[in-house]
Amino acid sequence: MALLDILNVTRRFGSMTAVDGVSLSIEAGEFFTLLGPSGCGKTTLLRMIAGFDAPDGGRIVLEGKDLTGVAPEQRNVRTVFQSYALFPHMTVAANVAFALKMAKTPAAALAAKVDEALRDVQLDALAARFPHELSGGQKQRVAIARALVTHPALMLLDEPLAALDAKLREQMQLELINLQKEVGITFVYVTHDQSEALALSHRIAVMNKGRIEQLDQPSKIYSFPKNRFVADFIGQCNILEAQVKQRDGDVVELDLPGIGPARALLDAAPPSGARGALALRPEKVAINPSGYAKTDGDNHLSGTVTDFLYLGDVTIYRVALASGRQIQAMRANSASGRARFFEVGDAVDVAWQVDAGHFLVD
Amino acid sequence: MPAISWSTDVATATRGKWLVGGPPLAYLIVFFAVPCLLMLVASVRAPGEFGGLAPLASDSGELNLTLGSYGRFFASPIYLQLFAKSLWYALLTTALCLAIAYPLSMLIAASNRKYRDLLLLLVILPFWSNFLIRVYAWMIIFGPDWALAKAVNGALGLFAIEPVTLMFSPFAVIVVLVYVHLPFMVLPLYANLEKHDPALLDAAQDLGARPWQRFWHVTWPLSLPGVFAGAALVFIPAFGIFAVPDLVGGTDGIMIGNVVKQQFLETRDWPFGSVLSIVLTVAALGITALAALAARPRRRTA
Repeated sequence: MALLDILNVTRRFGSMTAVDGVSLSIEAGEFFTLLGPSGCGKTTLLRMIAGFDAPDGGRIVLEGKDLTGVAPEQRNVRTVFQSYALFPHMTVAANVAFALKMAKTPAAALAAKVDEALRDVQLDALAARFPHELSGGQKQRVAIARALVTHPALMLLDEPLAALDAKLREQMQLELINLQKEVGITFVYVTHDQSEALALSHRIAVMNKGRIEQLDQPSKIYSFPKNRFVADFIGQCNILEAQVKQRDGDVVELDLPGIGPARALLDAAPPSGARGALALRPEKVAINPSGYAKTDGDNHLSGTVTDFLYLGDVTIYRVALASGRQIQAMRANSASGRARFFEVGDAVDVAWQVDAGHFLVD
Repeated sequence: MPAISWSTDVATATRGKWLVGGPPLAYLIVFFAVPCLLMLVASVRAPGEFGGLAPLASDSGELNLTLGSYGRFFASPIYLQLFAKSLWYALLTTALCLAIAYPLSMLIAASNRKYRDLLLLLVILPFWSNFLIRVYAWMIIFGPDWALAKAVNGALGLFAIEPVTLMFSPFAVIVVLVYVHLPFMVLPLYANLEKHDPALLDAAQDLGARPWQRFWHVTWPLSLPGVFAGAALVFIPAFGIFAVPDLVGGTDGIMIGNVVKQQFLETRDWPFGSVLSIVLTVAALGITALAALAARPRRRTA
C-alpha cells in the first residue's frame, strides 16, 4: 500500500475547476514533485494534502487513514511554506521546537531533537538567532528543520527555493536531495521550475489545468513526453506539426507541412494519415555550415540563422527554413578560439537522426 | 569627474533635518518642557497669602524656597491612598479596554477589506460629538429614573437586596472611563493585528497548534507592541483624569486629578497642586517604563 493515495480528488472555486479528478499514489521514502505552470492546481492539491483546503470530491488517504475532516493540526504532515513563515518573535531554536512544544514533548527530549534537526540542516551554530538576523538560505533551512523535527510521515514543500538566487538554489537542491535521503521522510515538492523538478525528483507529476498530463521518472518525462504540453513545458522543444504518411517497420514517414518529409521512430502504431506533432529537442538538432556532408538516414534541412540565445556553455540558434518555418538547434560553444559558431544571416544545414524526434499523436 | 561635494550634501541634510524636526521640537519645548520646569519650580515655592505663589525672593534678596509641600504630601496617607485608588482605576480601565478592544480589533482585522474602514469609522464615530455631551448621556443612562437603574434594582429586589444607585459611584466612573478611552486601545491594536502575516497562523496550525495555542503562541506575542501602545494611551490619561470622576463619580468616585484641580482652582495652593502634578507625572512615567521594560523581547532558546 502506498503511503499517500489521492483518489479522484476535485476542487472547484466557483466556475473554475482548480483540481480536476486527480488520482496518484506516493510511496514511502519518495521525492515526488508536482510540476506545472502557475494556476495548474499544484498548490491547491498541496493545500488539500496539508488540510488547509478540502476536496469537493474524492478522498486523500495517508498511511491507510482517510484524511477527510481531519484538521491540519492533527495530520502527520508538515509544510515548508514558500514565504518560510518563520515566527519572527522566536529564536531559531524556538521555531524548530514549536511542533514539539505543541505535542507537549518533555524538555530533555525536546532539546535533543531540536539539536538533531538543526544539525541536519547545519544550523546548530545559529540556534539563538532571530529570523530577522538570518539570510534567505538560512531561513529556508530553519523552515525545513522546523518541519522535519517531528519526523512526519510526509513533508510538503511549496516552491521552497523560489526566493533564493540561482547559485544558492543549486546548492540547496543538492542539500535537499541529501537531506531527504538521510532523514528518509517522503517529500512532496511543488514547483513551476522544470529544471528543479528534473534535478530533485524520483517521480514527477506534470500538471496542467487541474489535471495530471504525465506522471513518470524525470528522464522518461524529458525523453518521452506524452503530449504537446509536456514536451513544450519541460525543457526546450521544437514542436513541428506532422502527419503520418506511411509506416516502414518501426520507422514512420512523416509529412511536416511547410518543412517537408521527415522520418521518426515509433513503437506504437498510429494509423496512416494520423495527425500530430514531432517533438524535437534543440540539443538533438545538429547545426552545420551549409554544404556539410550529409549522413545517410538522417533528416536534413537548410536554412538561415535568424537569431540566437547565447547561454555561455551552449548557444541556441533559431533557423528559418526555406518555407519560412522555424526550427531551434543547440550547439555547444566548445571550440577553442571562438565564442560562437554562427552569426545572424549565416546559411546553415540542420540535421537530426531518425530516432531523435518523438512523434506525439493528437 | 562630476563635482560632488560631500560637505554640501551633509550640510543640506543637516539643514533638512532641522527644518523637519525643528517646529515640533520647538512646540514641545515651549508647551511641555518649559511648563514642566515652571511646575517644578512652583512646587518648591511658598504658597501666596491669597492663593497663587509667594514672591520668589524676599525683600532682603533671600530666596523663598521650601520643600514643605512635598513634606505635606508624604506626611498624610490620604493623598497616597488617593494615588493608589487612581492607579487602581486606571489599571482596571486599561484592562477592561484591552479585554473589549482585543476581540473587536481582531474581528475588524479579520473582516473583509471592504468593510474594515467602515467598522473603524463606527468605532470612532461617537467621538465626533462633544466629550461633555457623551458623559452627560451616561449621566442620563445611569439616572435612577431610567431603565438601566430600574432593571438592575428590579433584579436585585428579586433576591431581596437593597437597591443601589448607579450614578455617582466608582462603578459609573469605571464605565465612563472605559467608554471614553476605548478607541485609543482599538486603533493601535487594529493597526498591529492587521499587519500580521496569515501564513504564520497556517504554519502554527500545520505544526500541530490548536486554535487557542495559535492565539497564545503566535497572535498574542506578536500583538504586544499594539497592546503596549494602546495601554499607554489609555492608562496615562485615565490616571490623571478629573472630568469624568467630577461629573459621574460623586464623593466615592473621586480621583487624584480632582484633587490637583481643587488645589489650583479652589484651594488655590499652587505649590501643593504642583507637587501632586509632578508625583502624578513621575508615577505615570515610571509605570510605563516598567511595562516597556517587561515587554522587551527576550532571547529564549527553547
